[in-house]
Amino acid sequence: MSKLDSKIPEGAIDQKWSKYRSTVHLVNPANKRSLEVLVVGSGLAGASAASSLAEMGYKVKVFCFQDSPRRAHSIAAQGGINAAKNYQNDGDSTYRLFYDTIKGGDYRAREANVHRLAEVSSNIIDQCVAQGVPLAREYGGLLSNRSFGGTQVQRTFYAAGQTGQQLLLGAYSALQRQVGMGAVELCARHEMLDVVTIDGVTRGIIARNLITGEMEKHFGHAVLLCTGGYGNVFYLSTNAMGSNVTAAWKAHKKGAFFGNPCYTQIHPTCIPVSGDHQSKLTLMSESLRNDGRIWVPKKKDDNRKPTDIPEEERDYYLERRYPAFGNLVPRDVASRGAKERCDAGYGVGNSKMAVYLDFAFNTARYGRTEATKRNIQNPSQEEIMRLGKEVVKEKYGNLFDMYQQITGENPYEVPMRIYPAVHYTMGGLWVDYNLMTTVKGLYALGEANFSDHGANRLGASALMQGLADGYFVIPYTLGVYLSEEVSRMSAEKDKADSIDKLKTKHPAFDAALKEQTDLINKFLNIKGTKSVESFHKRLGLIMWNKCGMARNKQGLTEAIAEIQALRKEFWSDVRVLGSADEFNPDLEKAGRVADFIELGELMCKDALHREESCGGHFREEHQTEDGEAKRDDVNFAYVAAWEYKGESNWELNKEELKYENIKIAQRSYK
Amino acid sequence: MGSGHGTELNLTLKVWRQKNTKATGSFETHQLTGISTDMSFLEMFDVLNEKLISEGKEAIAFDHDCREGICGMCSMYINGRPHGPKQGVTTCQLHMRSFKNGDTIVVEPWRSAAFPVIKDLAVDRGAFDRIIASGGYISVNTGNAQDANNILIPKTDADESFGAAACIGCGACVAACKNGSAMLFVSAKVSQLALLPQGQVERKERVKKMVEAMDAEGFGNCTNTGACEAECPKGISLENIARMNRELMGATFK
Repeated sequence: MSKLDSKIPEGAIDQKWSKYRSTVHLVNPANKRSLEVLVVGSGLAGASAASSLAEMGYKVKVFCFQDSPRRAHSIAAQGGINAAKNYQNDGDSTYRLFYDTIKGGDYRAREANVHRLAEVSSNIIDQCVAQGVPLAREYGGLLSNRSFGGTQVQRTFYAAGQTGQQLLLGAYSALQRQVGMGAVELCARHEMLDVVTIDGVTRGIIARNLITGEMEKHFGHAVLLCTGGYGNVFYLSTNAMGSNVTAAWKAHKKGAFFGNPCYTQIHPTCIPVSGDHQSKLTLMSESLRNDGRIWVPKKKDDNRKPTDIPEEERDYYLERRYPAFGNLVPRDVASRGAKERCDAGYGVGNSKMAVYLDFAFNTARYGRTEATKRNIQNPSQEEIMRLGKEVVKEKYGNLFDMYQQITGENPYEVPMRIYPAVHYTMGGLWVDYNLMTTVKGLYALGEANFSDHGANRLGASALMQGLADGYFVIPYTLGVYLSEEVSRMSAEKDKADSIDKLKTKHPAFDAALKEQTDLINKFLNIKGTKSVESFHKRLGLIMWNKCGMARNKQGLTEAIAEIQALRKEFWSDVRVLGSADEFNPDLEKAGRVADFIELGELMCKDALHREESCGGHFREEHQTEDGEAKRDDVNFAYVAAWEYKGESNWELNKEELKYENIKIAQRSYK
Repeated sequence: MGSGHGTELNLTLKVWRQKNTKATGSFETHQLTGISTDMSFLEMFDVLNEKLISEGKEAIAFDHDCREGICGMCSMYINGRPHGPKQGVTTCQLHMRSFKNGDTIVVEPWRSAAFPVIKDLAVDRGAFDRIIASGGYISVNTGNAQDANNILIPKTDADESFGAAACIGCGACVAACKNGSAMLFVSAKVSQLALLPQGQVERKERVKKMVEAMDAEGFGNCTNTGACEAECPKGISLENIARMNRELMGATFK
């Protein structure tokens, strides 16, 4: 029998969630006050969960490694958030959002979770507007929408190119309100280093105060990991420098299964690498594909300036290959398209590893519309472009500025050069319908879990999922477990050494604390010759070259051996300076890189075992004649949930994916 | 211009080193060669830190995270200006093409009584979180909020509110101000919410509580020098301070 019980409620897909949440066990207000919840991570999922749970009466502690919860990387999300509001009257519905997300995920996500996500999507927009999040408006005062990839409706809400910032600040304000009321204790500049379990049940965490280096024990009846994704395993990604897998990885080693680790999203429109010094990559929002057209020259090694290449000598390859969706195909498809053209020798720029994202056509179109609106007769081409640029600036100004700051080029005048980069990880800790991992009392929300995006996430769906999990799912599903805790507490209330009396005095906490303290001392005592950074860079190169946009058996097999060797070298030759009892960013990073190395190996193993192509996972051995991903639904329509069995040793568990509402089909955007 | 390989610079760096909050700090001088003009300022620091580690010396601690100008975590005071010489960018968005070969660059932490130095260039900006906790929100619990389109907001108001909400909470305004005032930061949040219909109910209480919290944190007074606006990487306008003063007057004298 499978060790995995997804706990999907019975009933029709559109009834499951409403019926479930009205029948689950509740925790009465008096009991909530004695239940402690630890929330690790303060991004959209963490901040929304923490504030909502504190409002309900739970005692909440929030941990983040940054100096303030407002810095969490959700802040950097640019483009937007999806919701099935159908404000545009263009045929949107809960079902259509559900369908698009399942199809976009290449039929590798769990139906029930995705439908729930689509159902609560509208509430998210309502909640955020009530909080004072200034989403973009039309002149009549109504909310504005735009399109994102993989859909044919306009359901994306936005705030210029700073949607993540505005949504996060909304959730952060709600969180700080609870902090001010004393309902949440905030532990900023704290990093979770381990989960503490007693008899297989989560009882708290070990965290390090990053300023003093002090190791701390924190008790909790439940622990919520809202710690984001692991894209930084590739070294270069659009993630923030501090984004890491440590919390999730430590949980994995304590028994939480890791779901689909090889599903990574390579985002098609990022600013290309400029040199070896590069520390991170910057995304150019998918929303730009509303108005930017992607092309390369038809001639190989064409060194002319893009503006000198005439229209008929340009290959708008996405429009050519996918006439129905054009430039708005999903991310995995657009990324592979760019890679294919560059590998075939049509790339542009000095490195030849870039394609153009060109706004001239739509700038002119906007300019003509503006001229008409302003009653300008026979406008000159210059006048049209000037008016058009005003419109483009209003829509994407901050992104254009960002591009110019990084590249020194003016994208209003010349097309952007872009190339795919690691952006998001669909894989993550395996969770059931309640968002609980395979460790009792331990939950994973947002990007940290695996559940909603299958093998490819659609644009503007990450913000939706983070906030859905935090605002509208966990407040209900956490009660399912905590109501059992209430019964246990009541049964054990006369026991002298009960968990609730001992709390962090339980020996399990001391053992976990010692283990983590020893680990920190181990880093400091290796006294090797190579920096932490250099190991991270080398790991990233292995991952990008062999477990990146295209993967094959030989490369993955080599990568596993290389990573194992790298791990040995790390543990014998890394140099970590400074001491444990002070602010020591290099020491923090050593722990994160050590975990990334182990994760990298598992990602390659997962990618190697999955003998099919689906979404962001492209195995070169499995493609159609025209180079599209070729799934194998007979053998691989399952979630691969890996169980940690010790160093370099994992056991595969499978959760079969049943499609009862959507007919599983070859994904086509043609 | 642009598409790839820039030139290389040789630089002298004078960097503030301070072991911890209590220790006295001092400047340390480093020579760097072959710095590409395509590097960001923080990538230049990465190079310096790698060099230090290879020499067996401790890396310089500095705050940074997103490296794309939105998280507000980076915070260097470069040649006497928060976030360096370029207008409208954070330190992480500053690129070495803004400097010349042979330049001497002086780098210090934010200097303000309300932002104690943690180590080297990293400071504690917890005061900002506490100010927000005092009232920088609309009191609405998660639940069944009304349909978002039931609240009509004129586009100009929404845009103006967004302009104030674009603040990244980096603290450059405080570092730039000779009085160490946090008025620009506080007024941005007050403005964002005062400009929206949802923010009306708590409008008066909010401004009073936030100003009180700001004063309690030890930030200085505003004397209208405008340095905050000039150095703000997000272009938050001084008009917000004027609006906050009006809001406070309106809330205090009925």
